[in-house]
Amino acid sequence: MKVPVSITVNGKQYDKMVEPRMLLVYFLREELALTGTHIGCDTSSCGACTIHLDGKALKSCTMLAVQANGKSVTTIEGMANGENLHPLQEGFHMEHGLQCGFCTPGMIMCAADILKNNPNPTEEEIRHGLEGNFCRCTGYHNIVKSIQYAANKMAS
Amino acid sequence: MVPSKFAYHRPSTVKEAIELLAAHGDDSKILSGGHSLVPVLKLRLNDPEHIIDVSGIESMGGIRDNEKSITIGANATHGEIANNAALKAHAPMIAHAASMIGDVQVRNFGTIGGSIAHADPAADWPAVLLAADANVVLSHAGGQREVDIDQFFKGLFMTAMDEEEIITAIRIPKTAFNKNSTYVKFPQPASRFALVGCAAAIANSDGYITEARVAFSGVSGTPFRDSNVEKSLKGSVLNEGSIATATASVADGVSILSDHFAKENYRKHMAGVYARKALSALA
Repeated sequence: MKVPVSITVNGKQYDKMVEPRMLLVYFLREELALTGTHIGCDTSSCGACTIHLDGKALKSCTMLAVQANGKSVTTIEGMANGENLHPLQEGFHMEHGLQCGFCTPGMIMCAADILKNNPNPTEEEIRHGLEGNFCRCTGYHNIVKSIQYAANKMAS
Repeated sequence: MVPSKFAYHRPSTVKEAIELLAAHGDDSKILSGGHSLVPVLKLRLNDPEHIIDVSGIESMGGIRDNEKSITIGANATHGEIANNAALKAHAPMIAHAASMIGDVQVRNFGTIGGSIAHADPAADWPAVLLAADANVVLSHAGGQREVDIDQFFKGLFMTAMDEEEIITAIRIPKTAFNKNSTYVKFPQPASRFALVGCAAAIANSDGYITEARVAFSGVSGTPFRDSNVEKSLKGSVLNEGSIATATASVADGVSILSDHFAKENYRKHMAGVYARKALSALA
């Protein structure tokens, strides 16, 4: 039996009927067509599905949509301000922080959580903070540089 | 992966949650952060007909600093616990272990109550809670009871909880041994679960050990304290020699887990290595 949920995504409220077993990532991708959030491993390991729930990074394959009822979600689509890229998006562009790009939305959403709690992280803190996000192109080096770029930009 | 169908309930009080449990019995599962249960549902290792989401129950949240103990609400997340000042001061191994669970995303939403109810033997909580002499507060229709942590973990994914009980809190006593405690782990590199996790808590008087609690996650199907190690340490001075003597045969007589990540003899050996790491950090 479907149940009503009211979830705010990127500032806009959506009222939908969903099956309780629907995962939040499918709600975003299939109900709202926000396909920037990716499904990688589907086992809470890879971090490609990372979004923010009430401001905290979450692997959206590991939460039911009903658990997000009444809460606020930010996805990669909600990061830019109109035509202006978020400093993290700009950082990944400027520092070549992606190769195939599959992990990038999750990397950016996780990095935003890292920078929120620690605006000036060391390289080690960035690498530790990204332990739940996998890049199979093995581009970690430039991903770290991209996040450092964003940290510097946000500080100035 | 998609879970089997279920009905979803979201009680706002413990009483309501217990009534739902009583009504649906073993066709139901409690959900809090979902970071143990949702993966299980997705793999269809379990297919309950009713999910009772307790995450909205206010009395089950937060961390309270009492005179003689610290009460961690079952809904407290690993991240909340890792950053809690009272736990850092009175039981550093608790905050430290929390900071090593999974990754940022998991720590943001996974809860201590959910983790210990799931009772994965390779989770980090069992070792530290055993070493901390914690109590688990269980609520049922008639009231509540506290179970000593030594009686709580009964085996692989098995606990002392009755079907109609829910975990509402975990109590950590403020003791000398908890104040002087640490946790170290040898993580499985992808999952971050403990191949070996060792928690050690030591109380000293005039330089001699008056109480030692040394417990392991990941080593056996049932998390355990090693009484041989503890007895050997008691009365001695914690130094290289006493640590070597006490850890000469860690996990003796214990049934050791064995899988393709770590065979039995390797895991047993690493239990000794990590016991020495933990104890050396307190010496």
